[in-house]
Amino acid sequence: MRPPPPWAGRRLGTEPGDGDALSDGFQVVGKALPRLDALGKVTGATRYADDLSWPGTLACVLLRSPHPHARIVAVDTAAAAATKGVVAVLTGADLPVRYGAIATSQDEAALASDKVRYVGEPVVAVAAVDEVTAREATKKIAVDYEVLAPVSSIEQALLAPADEPIHEGTKGNIHRLAALEFGDVDEGFAVADVVREDVFFYEGSNHLAMEEHSATAIFADGQLTLWSSTQAPHNLHRVLAKVLDLPMTRVRVVATPHGGGFGGKVDPAAHEVVVSKLAVLTGRPVKCTLSREEVFYNHRGRHPALMWVRTGAARDGQITAMHFRVALDGGALASLGAATTYYTGALQPATYDIPAYRFEACRVFTNKAPCGPKRGHGTPQPRFALEIHLDKLAEDLGMDPVALRRCNYVRPQSRTVNWLRITSCGIEEVTEKVLAASGFATRSRRVGHGQGFAVSAYLCGAGFPMYPSQLPHSEVGLKVDRGGVTVFCGATDIGQGSDTVLATVVAEELGLDRADVRVVTADTGLTPVDLGSYSSRVTFMAGNAAIDAARKIRTLLLEEAARTSGLLAHELRVGDGRFGPLSFEQAVEAAEERHGALSASGSYAPPPGISGEFRGSAVGPGPAYTYSAAVVDLDADPTTGEVLVHKVWVAHDIGRLLNPVLVRGQMDGNVYMALAEALMESQTYRKDLLHHPSVLEYKTPLATDMPAIEHLYVETIDPEGPYGAKEVGQGPFLPVVPAVVSAIHDALGVWVDEVPVTPEKILRALDARDRGALGRAGPKRFPAVPFPPCIKVEPPHAATARV
Amino acid sequence: MVRLRLNGEDHETLARSGETLLEILRERLGLTGTKHGCEVGECGACTVLVDGAPRLSCLVLPEQLADAEVTTVEGLADGAVLHPLQTSFMRLGASQCGYCTSGMLLSAKALLDEHPDPSNAEIREALAGNVCRCTGYAAIVDAVADAAETLRDAP
Amino acid sequence: MLRLPAFEHLRAESVRDAAGMLADHGGTARLLAGGTDLLAKMKRRQVMPDALVGIGHLAPLREVRVAPSGAAELGAAVTLAEALADRRLAADQPGYLEAVGVVSSPALRNAGTIGGNLCVDTRCNYNDMTEEWRHAVGYCLKTGCGERCQVAASSPRCWAIFSSDTAPMAIALGATVVVWGAEGERELPLGTLYADDGKAHLQLGPAEILTALRLPARRGWRVAYEKLRRRSAVDFPLAGAAVALELDGDVVAACRLVLGAVASHPVELHDVAQALTGRRLDDEAIEEAATAGARLAKPLDNSDLNYVWRKRMVKVILERALRRAAGADRGRLR
Ligand SMILES: Cc1cc2nc3c(=O)[nH]c(=O)nc-3n(C[C@H](O)[C@H](O)[C@H](O)COP(=O)(O)OP(=O)(O)OC[C@H]3O[C@@H](n4cnc5c(N)ncnc54)[C@H](O)[C@@H]3O)c2cc1C
Ligand code: FES
Ligand code: FES
Repeated sequence: MRPPPPWAGRRLGTEPGDGDALSDGFQVVGKALPRLDALGKVTGATRYADDLSWPGTLACVLLRSPHPHARIVAVDTAAAAATKGVVAVLTGADLPVRYGAIATSQDEAALASDKVRYVGEPVVAVAAVDEVTAREATKKIAVDYEVLAPVSSIEQALLAPADEPIHEGTKGNIHRLAALEFGDVDEGFAVADVVREDVFFYEGSNHLAMEEHSATAIFADGQLTLWSSTQAPHNLHRVLAKVLDLPMTRVRVVATPHGGGFGGKVDPAAHEVVVSKLAVLTGRPVKCTLSREEVFYNHRGRHPALMWVRTGAARDGQITAMHFRVALDGGALASLGAATTYYTGALQPATYDIPAYRFEACRVFTNKAPCGPKRGHGTPQPRFALEIHLDKLAEDLGMDPVALRRCNYVRPQSRTVNWLRITSCGIEEVTEKVLAASGFATRSRRVGHGQGFAVSAYLCGAGFPMYPSQLPHSEVGLKVDRGGVTVFCGATDIGQGSDTVLATVVAEELGLDRADVRVVTADTGLTPVDLGSYSSRVTFMAGNAAIDAARKIRTLLLEEAARTSGLLAHELRVGDGRFGPLSFEQAVEAAEERHGALSASGSYAPPPGISGEFRGSAVGPGPAYTYSAAVVDLDADPTTGEVLVHKVWVAHDIGRLLNPVLVRGQMDGNVYMALAEALMESQTYRKDLLHHPSVLEYKTPLATDMPAIEHLYVETIDPEGPYGAKEVGQGPFLPVVPAVVSAIHDALGVWVDEVPVTPEKILRALDARDRGALGRAGPKRFPAVPFPPCIKVEPPHAATARV
Repeated sequence: MVRLRLNGEDHETLARSGETLLEILRERLGLTGTKHGCEVGECGACTVLVDGAPRLSCLVLPEQLADAEVTTVEGLADGAVLHPLQTSFMRLGASQCGYCTSGMLLSAKALLDEHPDPSNAEIREALAGNVCRCTGYAAIVDAVADAAETLRDAP
Repeated sequence: MLRLPAFEHLRAESVRDAAGMLADHGGTARLLAGGTDLLAKMKRRQVMPDALVGIGHLAPLREVRVAPSGAAELGAAVTLAEALADRRLAADQPGYLEAVGVVSSPALRNAGTIGGNLCVDTRCNYNDMTEEWRHAVGYCLKTGCGERCQVAASSPRCWAIFSSDTAPMAIALGATVVVWGAEGERELPLGTLYADDGKAHLQLGPAEILTALRLPARRGWRVAYEKLRRRSAVDFPLAGAAVALELDGDVVAACRLVLGAVASHPVELHDVAQALTGRRLDDEAIEEAATAGARLAKPLDNSDLNYVWRKRMVKVILERALRRAAGADRGRLR
């Protein structure tokens, strides 16, 4: 057992936005300080992946499939290979080993060999002295395809394949099926006074990180090094070793400073594997930078999701049962889709106390660019559906939609029906704050203007890794000597500021200024393992690991200070560069004299008991959950269907505000990206080709499109988070999308059960109402899916439900 | 051979026919502070100043520049002294991943050079061609207003 | 990274020189003004000229002249930003500047020229794609090697959309353009520069150069340009409605209405304008005109958002523009 942390149980003031007031007793934690890597970013000195160059670097260009589904009959690369300046040409035959983001889904080949499954799938790679030469050479490659009938939609994927399934060994084109039942759902519906069903659709979208993916590989002295804008260097390290058949000891992956991730750079990507192979073959540095269109093909973005939800409730609003079905369009590959599938069902019970819950999910393969993890991974879609469904249920019950939610809220220190362990929980407080700040209850009512409210939960890091293991999720090394303090950690700063968080916690523990702490991260050759930047895990997991390491050094230094001063260690004050009577440097030298080089390691693994034990229980649980609530205020024009968002209030249970500057940035970014998905963004297809593969046509809000945002914080001081902190990278995204749709209903009285809400959908709903039909636009039905019988899981007993 | 007036210095470099200012800066001169996110004028990441006015370097040919003075993010600071925009961006968290930052800074500089006291709406208009995926533009707009204040207060 | 194909860059010393260079290349050379349209299309390999003839620096094309009457002549290479900053134009040609001001983004307006904007290529989202994408779809009529129009498969013609913001307004104002060719200079009404063909929408010979835009004096006229777009900047018009009218009391004395981005050419609403002339510009007249005008818009599914919605919006923006011109300013949402 770890001793209770010194901050446990402390609950400080929660004035909105005023971080400093909240951080009494801390030296750097809670202060509004700039990120440590900001200087390089504002001077242009930061070197992103495509900014790196080595003499003699070859440029790699990928020839991609023009067909959504086809068999490769023959590939003739002779003319390309013979082109002056071309150094190497690779085909699928050169990279036969399959890989994938998660251990159970190894269905990717860096270059297609037998068949292509989506337009844009890489088929041949050319390395040449420069990009122009390589690109010209790709035009000389002849690929003979036998075209197969493509699968373009979820509905089509559920039918018997016209030609052949997209992947061998699957049942039709179904990738995954999941069916779980917690408690007695039929009984729950039987006792309900009101039962309601709805169908929703959430369109897919791309991350559109401003930086296009780029990777450079060098193979020298039997060592492969890859510099890449990856979010998960550790996983990529494993994949490269496997695919290239090199020992892990001979592979090093360095994650370069990131021009945006949002989940789009979590999966190992074809070009990363290809340049590595080419470097091994040619002995020269090889670089590949994707074009914007290629980024859209690499994709791994938000899954389009068709959803059906049925809820029973008593007259007083108590939910008696819920049944949630989802069909996900996975695109052509598994990616992290197995996890996505379970995520779509996992967090509904994390906000509402649902006594009986059935969840059935299906992920299908289609001939489209592969979907994968994007901010909120698998949870924005069901959150949108659930919140709008509850708005409608409230209407049926004649209840205020906020009151309906509140009477079903989960409580702190409880266990959900699907065995999630809830510890700190600020769902009531975020609701309170956002309602008060926005004046939601007394909002002005007029046609064309409305407000919407929604609430959500997210996890602080996946409780289980992408491959089965009992190893720590994050490891930190700390070196302290006369030369200074350096933290080593495999975590990747993808722009969210996680390096700064690591420096902050170490500085706090050692009583230093953040600038005194050097941070070395995301280099598998130098830094201990961290699983990567996804699922909002870095602050919580790497932050705890760093505290763990720093405490060990702190103890050593305190011992020295105590010895020198004759005082007891706990009587000494650590801070402002001093350990009691000694300066930090003196304490270090004294300790170094006695112990030799000072180094400490820290690690973090989620505690046991945060999940149930059933198939699928690994997805959803995290060591803690954050809660967010939003109110959106907007105008919706009944003549045009255009929507103008005026303001968004977003309240977030952050655990503890470690740095208001960083947190505010994540809050703003989440609101922005959620508004984008609610109103604009869609990765859609026409004639089986991407409809919008450019920054111009893939619409995303500009500076002039963004409303005012008001941030509200609730600090619940999580018992296990670093200083009580939780996450903010994804949680505040979630309530914004349903709040937009709810506000449109508030303004116009019609429901758009499908995002993005485009003007024509609003007009369709209004037209329907004018015809006397239901004022609604959205999907009509949920398709017939061959779900297996549910795995029945006994919910936690009332006795164990309190943890 | 291409000649450029760049950040106050004269430069000469070889270039292939059809290389844009973006490629010349990044690949010929090693000035990688200028970024790219689309290469066809749609994202603003490659914004530089040409005679003080924002231009998209991915759509500029060196022949179009004649004797014009080009300013990139590397030329924004005065030696070791940062431009107030740079300090405001740092302090207020206007740069997250930082990939849009160079372009944002230069669009903002052109605005402040012309309008020392811009309104929130004017700042947003000036930045409308620069896409940012991280910040929701909020901290960026705040930072530009903050820098404007610093500049106005400067002697 | 998307890069330009190789080409020869020719620097003309005069308009005559430039025309000569174009003639020498017999149609394989292109004029380069701001390059914001042309260079992007070249990077996507939609056009592959052998040579570019730069005209952005030619002094005679860089002048703005405003007569005491308010009539203006703008050289083709004047940038959109320069036009916007011109106080004389702001005073005497507010309608034209309104349209200039809603083109793309500040950085693009610093480069884009008024001539380039009038000559901007038609757009279609089956064509404004990379070479690889167009190869995958099987190309189309506009870029040569395709055998059919992707948006209207049975059509013998190309339906790419006329997408200039400034042209509809300039036509509504009664603008003319000056064109330099082998036979010397000619002046023609701007509207006649355009043909209803997405593949060849400009009635210009391969060696002809648009040198100037002439805007007649329109002091006292009521003008409005309404642009339909998804975002508040950068986006090309999904539809545009330009109105210029002269009122005599509250009766329309003269009037021109032009729609943009609803066909392969700017659509001038002659009959609608005629029907309005002599009428009081009241709600009923505006509603009738907008309904009749919108009927002439035939958007297809080759631009952003749903085309049925776009068609429906044509009436809305035309109505808004007319209302604004009438002085009843009920602006749009953004
Ligand atoms: C992201 C983006 C958004 C845009 N948004 C808009 C928009 O909202 N509205 C809009 O109207 N446009 C828009 N544009 C298009 C373009 O930027 C403008 O139309 C601009 O004004 C074109 O001018 P230019 O000088 O850059 O043209 P160029 O690219 O130099 O030329 C365009 C075409 O005209 C020809 N040409 C140029 N000058 C002459 C001349 N004097 N005589 C004969 N032919 C000539 C060229 O050969 C070429 O074919 C956008 C472009 C981009 C990249
Ligand atoms: S790279 Fe120039 S605008 Fe995107
Ligand atoms: S800071 Fe990442 S794109 Fe703007």
